[in-house]
Amino acid sequence: MSRQDYPSTVAGLSAGLARGEFSSRELVAHCLARIRRQDAALNSFIMVIEDRAFAAADAADARRRAGEAGPLTGIPYANKDIFCTKGVRTTCASRMLDNFIAPYDATVVSRLAEAGMVMVGKTNMDEFAMGSSNETSYYGPCRNPWGVTRVPGGSSGGSASAVAARLVPFATGTDTGGSIRLPAAYCGISGLKPTYGRVSRYGMVAFASSLDQAGPMALTAEDLALTLNAMCGVDARDGTSADVPAEDFSRSLAEPLTGLRIGLPREFFDASLSPAIAAPLQAAIRVLEQLGARCMEVSLPTTRHAIPAYYIIASAECSSNLSRYDGVRFGHRCEAPRDLNDLYTRSRAEGFGAEVKRRILMGTYALSTGYYDAYYAKAQQLRRLIRDDFIRVFNEVDVILGPTAPTTAFGVGQKTADPVEMYLSDIYTTAVNLAGLPGLSVPAGFVDGLPVGLQMIGRHFDEATLLKVANRFQLETDWHQHAPTLKD
Amino acid sequence: MPRWQPVIGLEIHVQLSTESKIFSGASTAFGAEPNSQACAVDLGLPGVLPVLNERAVALAIRFGLAIGASIAERSVFARKNYFYPDLPKGYQISQYAEPIVNHGRLCLTLPSGEEKEIRILRAHLEEDAGKSVHDLFPGQSGIDLNRAGTPLLEVVTEPDLSSAAEAVQYMRTLHTLVRFIGICDGNMQEGSFRCDANVSVKPADSPTLGTRAEIKNLNSFRFVERAINHEIERQIELLESGGKVVQETRLYDPDRDETRSMRSKEDAHDYRYFPDPDLLPIVISADEIAAARAALPELPQQREARYLREFGLNREEAEALSSELPVAEYFEALAAQCGDARQAANWVSGEVFAALNRDALPFSEIRVSSGRLAGLLTRIQDQTVSNSMAKQVFEAMWQGPEDADAIIEARGLRQVTDSGEIEALVDAVISENPDQVAQFRAGKDKVFGFFVGQVMKRSKGKANPQTVNDLVVSKLKT
Repeated sequence: MSRQDYPSTVAGLSAGLARGEFSSRELVAHCLARIRRQDAALNSFIMVIEDRAFAAADAADARRRAGEAGPLTGIPYANKDIFCTKGVRTTCASRMLDNFIAPYDATVVSRLAEAGMVMVGKTNMDEFAMGSSNETSYYGPCRNPWGVTRVPGGSSGGSASAVAARLVPFATGTDTGGSIRLPAAYCGISGLKPTYGRVSRYGMVAFASSLDQAGPMALTAEDLALTLNAMCGVDARDGTSADVPAEDFSRSLAEPLTGLRIGLPREFFDASLSPAIAAPLQAAIRVLEQLGARCMEVSLPTTRHAIPAYYIIASAECSSNLSRYDGVRFGHRCEAPRDLNDLYTRSRAEGFGAEVKRRILMGTYALSTGYYDAYYAKAQQLRRLIRDDFIRVFNEVDVILGPTAPTTAFGVGQKTADPVEMYLSDIYTTAVNLAGLPGLSVPAGFVDGLPVGLQMIGRHFDEATLLKVANRFQLETDWHQHAPTLKD
Repeated sequence: MPRWQPVIGLEIHVQLSTESKIFSGASTAFGAEPNSQACAVDLGLPGVLPVLNERAVALAIRFGLAIGASIAERSVFARKNYFYPDLPKGYQISQYAEPIVNHGRLCLTLPSGEEKEIRILRAHLEEDAGKSVHDLFPGQSGIDLNRAGTPLLEVVTEPDLSSAAEAVQYMRTLHTLVRFIGICDGNMQEGSFRCDANVSVKPADSPTLGTRAEIKNLNSFRFVERAINHEIERQIELLESGGKVVQETRLYDPDRDETRSMRSKEDAHDYRYFPDPDLLPIVISADEIAAARAALPELPQQREARYLREFGLNREEAEALSSELPVAEYFEALAAQCGDARQAANWVSGEVFAALNRDALPFSEIRVSSGRLAGLLTRIQDQTVSNSMAKQVFEAMWQGPEDADAIIEARGLRQVTDSGEIEALVDAVISENPDQVAQFRAGKDKVFGFFVGQVMKRSKGKANPQTVNDLVVSKLKT
């Protein structure tokens, strides 16, 4: 079977495997070959794990022969290298963890393994998920398959790039301030940040614990639903995971949008939104209206404070979360430390990159005596106001819709000199994390050959509505089917 | 009136008696191979998360109720950030702005008999750190993380204590209480009950507190008393020679019996406390508090007062019998079963404690149940055995499973109360010892004891001593 014959989506592959058109081993071999051929230009993988992938594929094929296959059994995928994988390095794209092998699997990893999915590798990302462009990786920047001079977005850039390039049909991501949605938008794929607490954080290297949330990245909303089914659920090892009733996100995908109320925040569509980005969004809104949705203007006045509040809270939490990397028990340790202080100072100075250090310094400052009230406490107040704002608007509408990012993918190196310029890439995404809401990005068109993302925000634990809207939209449009042309 | 008045507050770390750690499933047992009881969570490996041990919360609630404190409906874990090799995450999880227990009190009875109430500002849950091991590898330090994550309740007083002796008394009272309510094993050698003291002095008539020094590493009652007294003397000498006390942390060195500066206020860490985002606030309902209150046993001080009042015990006995719950329960069961609290108190604080001491057994391994002992005490009451024979019977009960009646029968220890039988013995002794009879009759009363002793000896101790007494008196006087 030639490679063009493999379906590109999880749902398509699932059907093909079920019909016996190909085996998991053949499929995995196909993926690995594509990675070998294409990834030198993209750098979307930090590591590829052939042996284990084939072993898992064979196990999946055996499971299928035994009549015990589920919808995801035998389907290859990649994990963002922030998820701990037992016996396989977990680097978080940092020199600090270049040698780290976890003795446990993240809950997400073990749940996907139980579903029979086959991990083929671990994807590139910004170091410790701190970045919007995947340029802070210790393993070098990842590239956008729509133009290798462009960034894929971050921090889950490797996952987005690998899915967009059709190297794997699905990859995991994490989203602290937009790290699933922004790269999904830049790479023209679909990405879901679930409600905070929907997916266990156990075994996911922490960046900002109150904001971090794992989610699926794939080509279609249908695939997001299928994979979220396997990823989500309460976990006794994560006290912040939510004990909500299990649901099948695939079941409501096809429901009509008649009567659905969509809010368009004035603040997201004001003069600051570039007309080039606004145009495809307006077209998308018309599609949804034709499907029976009613759109109305709403206001989220406090969201303009989201960026400063986010960068204080996320940095504060990261400054504490990253204290464990001290060279004592695991991770990078400097050569021949003179004393304890030297061990700490040099191990951390050598192990962390510039952006990580910047965030640790910002966070340490924001939590210091004399500054706590002015920064951290104030940011927490803003966080409550932002959440209240969303909850108020959700009394009137079912979904909030807007841009995922203010621009399309920018050039590699274009924003690295100006951190604040870089941080503003997250202007439409961070508020969603601060409020703990689910957010989903789907491709909605192109500007100058680069994908534009449409962001949908839902009520707490109402991923089903977001997935339904995204699926209905994708049944009417083909933006998600556009594939980048890659040189062989 | 002394010129200087010491002002002391204590912070006591009470290790909670849970099977597993406060945020992980690893065991808290003491004395295991280094790092054999440290799991991924205790090691602070990337991606792992703390999960609260509900048992630790329940024990904190029990303590709060026992000191009449208010239990917070909502309390919050915070991170205390600092770098230290035995602190795996680079922060300690502790309660800071919103502790679980607020505003309790502990009442002390001072040697003068006066009562003094010590206010307890707060008690908060936290995890212990590991420990550095400096003597295992030459030129290197090792780290043992077995203790990391052990649940602690830090109990903080107001500065209500005014002498080292009072501080020790508070500590002892608290030590008794936490063991009594079963939240801590109280083992000070193993670090289950540790004290830091905040000490300052001020002119006796001054309303303003002096600058305080915090003394760390006080892990015995003796050290607390000595260290505080030293510190008081040091501060008074300093002030009287025109110097100033600086706010600092001092470490007590028991080998040299002195405190020395560990770090000054300037070097103090900025711990950058903030709420731990990995842990949801602890929310405790009124129902949970009511249930914990209902399950709380009568406390040592209340029991002691009741023993004085109801049973007529003296203070020393009452304290000995009320300070540990199993002892108090044993004593009360015995008193009820034998119907004589006085007798029960004598036996528990006498024979029972002596046997436990001799065999170095904890009370939990007592060999004679209260029911078996009550069987023996009943036989004393109905004069089946004398008190001294009963001690033999008790010894046999301690060594084996038989009850009192079986031992009395098997060994023929039944007391002889038949006056005819005893009379024969008395007559024999009198007739065989004419010299002593003469002495007695000449007014030498002391010889009386000789006759009683001889009769008892011939009866192999089984004669009822009272009957012997009566008969000897009547025979000699006729």
